[in-house]
Amino acid sequence: MQLRPILSSLTRHKLTAFLLILQVTFTCAIVCNVMFMIATRTSQMRLPSGIAENELAMIDSVDIDATENPLVRHEQDLVALRGIAGVKSAVVVDALPLNRDNWTNGITTVPDADTHVGASAYNGTPGELQTLGLHLIEGRDFQADEYIAEDVPHGYKGIDTVPVTIVTRALAEQLFPGQSALGKDIYASGTHPTRVVGVVDHMLRPALRDPATNEYAMLFPMKPDDSEVTYVMRTAPHDRERVLKEASAVLVRLNGNRILKSPQTFTQVRDSYFHRDQTMVGLLLVAGLGLLFVTALGIAGLANFWVQQRRRQIGVRRALGATRSDILRYFQTENFLIVSGGIVLGMALAFALNLTLMKFYELPRLPLYYLPIGALALWLLGQLAVLGPALRAAAVPPVVATRSV
Amino acid sequence: MSMFGYYLNLALRSLMRNKMLTALMVIAIAVGIGASMTTLTVMHLLSGDPLPGRSQHIFYPQVDPSPLPDPENTHKPWDMMDYRSATDLWSAHRADRQALIGRSALRLTAPDMNQPPLMAQVLSTTSDFFPMFAVPFQYGGSWQPQDDQQRTRVAVISSDLNIKLFGGANSVGRTLRLKDSDVRIIGVLAPWRPSPQFYDLVGGRFSNGQTADFYSKPQEVFMPFSSSLDINTDGFMAFTCWRAPDPGTSMTTSPCVSVALWVELGNAAKVADYKAFITDYATQQKALGRLTHADNTRMPSLMQWLDFNQVVPSDVRLQTWLAFAFLLICLFNTVGLLLAKFLRRSGEIGVRRALGATRGAVLTQCLVEAGLIGLIGGFGGWLLTLLGLALIRQQPVAYADLLHLDSTMFLATFVMAIVASLLAGAVPAWRASRVALGLQLKTL
Repeated sequence: MQLRPILSSLTRHKLTAFLLILQVTFTCAIVCNVMFMIATRTSQMRLPSGIAENELAMIDSVDIDATENPLVRHEQDLVALRGIAGVKSAVVVDALPLNRDNWTNGITTVPDADTHVGASAYNGTPGELQTLGLHLIEGRDFQADEYIAEDVPHGYKGIDTVPVTIVTRALAEQLFPGQSALGKDIYASGTHPTRVVGVVDHMLRPALRDPATNEYAMLFPMKPDDSEVTYVMRTAPHDRERVLKEASAVLVRLNGNRILKSPQTFTQVRDSYFHRDQTMVGLLLVAGLGLLFVTALGIAGLANFWVQQRRRQIGVRRALGATRSDILRYFQTENFLIVSGGIVLGMALAFALNLTLMKFYELPRLPLYYLPIGALALWLLGQLAVLGPALRAAAVPPVVATRSV
Repeated sequence: MSMFGYYLNLALRSLMRNKMLTALMVIAIAVGIGASMTTLTVMHLLSGDPLPGRSQHIFYPQVDPSPLPDPENTHKPWDMMDYRSATDLWSAHRADRQALIGRSALRLTAPDMNQPPLMAQVLSTTSDFFPMFAVPFQYGGSWQPQDDQQRTRVAVISSDLNIKLFGGANSVGRTLRLKDSDVRIIGVLAPWRPSPQFYDLVGGRFSNGQTADFYSKPQEVFMPFSSSLDINTDGFMAFTCWRAPDPGTSMTTSPCVSVALWVELGNAAKVADYKAFITDYATQQKALGRLTHADNTRMPSLMQWLDFNQVVPSDVRLQTWLAFAFLLICLFNTVGLLLAKFLRRSGEIGVRRALGATRGAVLTQCLVEAGLIGLIGGFGGWLLTLLGLALIRQQPVAYADLLHLDSTMFLATFVMAIVASLLAGAVPAWRASRVALGLQLKTL
């Protein structure tokens, strides 16, 4: 295939060729970044929470009567909830992964150190590990005599005396790199040591921020006594809706002096946490595909115009011995050259765009492998778009050369 | 004018000749305009002035109660003030109007209405709040300054709550039970939906761009600052605390920031005076040993405060950029297609030129054709914008119910579509007007 006649023909259509190159440039830059944003968001939405997501149902309860002892109340409530048919176990907790109820503590490995690791605290009644379905990879669960009250009314004082904790693997590796965390002491509150007795493999924090710290969490054997707590029930997936209805009725019957909020399954918690990202991914997908489609239309439209404009030349070439596939390949190569020009410029622009997005939207750096993927997609798109007009060009009979158009 | 009619006629004929190409261009413009106008309308509604005509007189004084060392002077005052500083500034009454702000959630029942209790969002404020922010009343009215002093147990309720509890009837004079106390309703607001809900807007710089909740509805109950503290001994929701409060500390002395102050200052001299007043106050409090960073006072205006909090959610800004990138690609497309269309008619243009049409006439005719495509595309874009807004209204975001296409944005849709198509048509039209006369005639 001779490139020179194609190039010299393109220089006679500088403006149109330039427009096409520019369109491919922008499409390439935007589509690369859009793909990357979709990948970033979906990978966050897919993070495993570490708990038995399909089997959990929960109800928030706000106590109104401050004079009552909340710990006694919760104990009675739990007995009643466990009595509901289909409920395998039930606990009271103060927070759950992705429920946005975040209590972050600065954790150190020596008392009163200057630098600390921020980790979310999860507190619950005995049986939390098993009810949530957390997977213990080292150590043991809490023992009955290790439980104390969280003591929220006095400024979360429980944390000043809590004896033991279970941490996530991510937090253990951050605090004690290269060694087992079991039996080591951590400090969540000044100088009081809390011993690590167990490690769970995964548990997301109530609110996510940075991929590196999303699993920095620990469990404490502290019974929640805030006026607002969450009742969590583990049950078979198909029982969840029914259990929620019965549980609401049971809780109101036991004590009407409270307000029940958001009875929901964990699936709903996850959906509502990521709803914003879900919408955004949908929008980005539509925008990305729309851009590719519009660009394909543009390429096809102009190719069509060029074919019509050059019918006579094509006829002459055919009359002089060029085969149909020569003509076909001519237009395909021409398209390949234009798209390649656009891709080269587009890659540079993609990086510039990514830098801007990093500055304003806390997006990570665009990985290099997005560029060949974007390039491949555009080459393919270009070839597809030009195929129709190129075939029509190849079908021009040599006899056209003898006619005046 | 008659020439314009002729051009319009020519343009229509030309558009009808190649329906496929015309449809492609119209769709490209409609989709590009639809996407950008949808996001632009959201931006327009979210970044607007919640108090047009008044916001320039409204200010948000701040002192820094943090006792923590700040050797490099990098600490910006927290978004609210401690109880003492805020009430001291308010009591001085140095501004034209001043209103304290504290927030809490309290259990609420309407004793005689037989409805389940609910958690009501309560705004504790002072009587100037209503005239200062031009809050509209449906029934009754606000409390008076003496009610603030005498700790009267009265309340103003939102239109929504009035509908929920009393079916929208005039409920002035009725009693609500808040936590464990009775309060008398003295006013019911007309529907009031400031966008954003500016008066208790805090923490934007810590929200990671997720600021959609700044557009939620105003509180359901408004109460005098003083009497609400009698009812709710737990105090207001704290923005933050610089150390854990000791057990049993009342909020008036707690080491937390939970009260904000808004002031209205009618002219530049008053603004300067008030700035000097807070600086003096902070210096004096430092001398008393109560404040540490006396020089760290601020007083942003309402709009500056909104900017500081970056109220428009980052997702909305990202969507707007994306939509405009989309429009740009659509325009490139239209340029290419128009170029093809005009140049294909080189023969016809050559004849018109030979018969005496000037280059300007050819240029105008081509631009009329481009503008007509823009107008039709704009109509499609308007429909797509309505569709886009309807889709966003289905989303569970706090600002969903605020979205509508006002007359400004309606006009903007068409203006933008026509301007965009004229821009896209400029280069092709110029090229068409440069068609070499003789060459074209020869090939006919």
